[in-house]
Amino acid sequence: MLAWLARARTGGLAALVAAIVLLPLALTNNYHYEVAIVVGLNAIVCVGLNLLIGYAGQISLGHAGFYGLGAYGSAILTARYGWPPAAALAASTAGAAALAYLVGRPILKLRGHYLAMATLGMGIIISIVIATEDRITGGPDGMAVAPFTLLGYTLAGERTWYWVVGAALALAVWLALNLIDSPAGRALRALHGSEVAAQVAGVDPGRYKVLAFVISAVFAAVAGSLTAHYAGFITPAKASFLHSIELVTMVVLGGMASTFGAVIGAAVLTTLPQVLTLLKDYEMMVFGAVLMLSMIFLPRGLVPTLAAALARRRR
Amino acid sequence: MSLLAVEGLAKEFGGLKAVDGVSFDVRPGSVHSIIGPNGAGKTTLLNLLNGIYVPSAGRIVFDGRDLTGAAPHRFAAAGIARTFQNLQIFFNMTALENVLVGGHLHARAPLAAAMLRLPGRAEAERGYRVQALELLRFVGIEEYATAPADAMPYGALKRLEIARALAALAGLVLLDEPAAGLNPTETAAIDELIKRLSAGGVTVILVEHNMRLVMGVSDHIVVLDYGKKLTEGTAEEVRNDPRVIEAYLGAAAAEA
Repeated sequence: MLAWLARARTGGLAALVAAIVLLPLALTNNYHYEVAIVVGLNAIVCVGLNLLIGYAGQISLGHAGFYGLGAYGSAILTARYGWPPAAALAASTAGAAALAYLVGRPILKLRGHYLAMATLGMGIIISIVIATEDRITGGPDGMAVAPFTLLGYTLAGERTWYWVVGAALALAVWLALNLIDSPAGRALRALHGSEVAAQVAGVDPGRYKVLAFVISAVFAAVAGSLTAHYAGFITPAKASFLHSIELVTMVVLGGMASTFGAVIGAAVLTTLPQVLTLLKDYEMMVFGAVLMLSMIFLPRGLVPTLAAALARRRR
Repeated sequence: MSLLAVEGLAKEFGGLKAVDGVSFDVRPGSVHSIIGPNGAGKTTLLNLLNGIYVPSAGRIVFDGRDLTGAAPHRFAAAGIARTFQNLQIFFNMTALENVLVGGHLHARAPLAAAMLRLPGRAEAERGYRVQALELLRFVGIEEYATAPADAMPYGALKRLEIARALAALAGLVLLDEPAAGLNPTETAAIDELIKRLSAGGVTVILVEHNMRLVMGVSDHIVVLDYGKKLTEGTAEEVRNDPRVIEAYLGAAAAEA
């Protein structure tokens, strides 16, 4: 039992589920639930993005684009074409996966950080299209989204959504941890450790980097789709370059190559601005300072640095 | 029938001919050494033999298949594994995981099955781990199995390189200076390890500076000098070749 808890895959997952189950005890009003739900949705994106950044060693500066594709795909397919939400979610996620494959396939064959440039361009194009195709997307004003219904049941209310997002996050973490602990996940980590040695062991770098990129796009699109249905209204800001940067920052702050780090990073960077609104004019300044200081003193990110400190103490 | 046929292999780096028209054949099951003074092109030749470098000219035929110009993972899939002189360990993983990656080609799991951890996956994983542990034991470092690779001593890392290469179950293993930086006791262990490998039917290409090791284990030796093949033959023939003594052994003798 103790050994089971000491392992990251099982013990960490148990801790996460416990946190999700116990958190409502501390949530006293709808606003709290709202923040918790947004944390969960961002965390799902970050868990996927971490597979790309932390394990495949590639940066995407356009992940908000996939998030936006999921959100607008669901919104448009349900509102304008009358699709059932579950089918719209599946279709827009498949669309994001296909786009990731098309963009990643030629680029990830090359060494270096070309993906960052390509995804930067891709993200900007997606956000421009969303902002200008106003007859379909509502343009800069955004558009309303129908609630999520499945088998005649409608998801409504902060508390219901909390459990849905909590379950989705636990599922996302479980999937990511399983992947990391499989031959494919080890191949990814090996590429990060020594690309040449991984190749010599038979790992095709392009193939596995594309895999991580596509999976991360899928996670982002699912989170985007859930966000759209939860919020009931979406704007192009969800797909903006700024949001892409926020997502990367969450992963880096939480700790690269740490699935739980991605969750913590999302939690900290989502709640911090909410807390800092108390500071009014100084909000962004303090926010920036917190980020700078944590990168200076915790360069490997929150979770890996703290885990290493704990391990030293135990010895 | 040779396992590996190298024909007129050449590699230029901006006019510098690091490897210049080298040809040789490697018989299955033999220990084939490549020696030569520093800068003779030994490591460049190894890098050509598993696709890390693309040759400027020449052909590489392994097991009847022309692999010239293929990517390194294709060489691996064809059955060529290697170790690195300047350790290319996955320092972000444990020793056991390093070996597990070495067995990558034999551990393919469907992605969906892996992510959903479908029944059978856990058992397959256990099987891979048992095999990997077996290899760590074979090279004599099983006590480091769960240690992060970046906490292991140099000598153990050299052996980890070998265990990882063996995990590929390749027909041909390229060993790039496996004894470099090791003390005499550790070198003797490597010597014994190579002999055990060869006895197990693995074909070995060895690049090594330690002449005692090379002369002791090699069935056949190719001598390189300035990127060209100077001569080749058995340990006895090479040792007594005046050109080799002048180019290599003579220089080493003069140093000593």
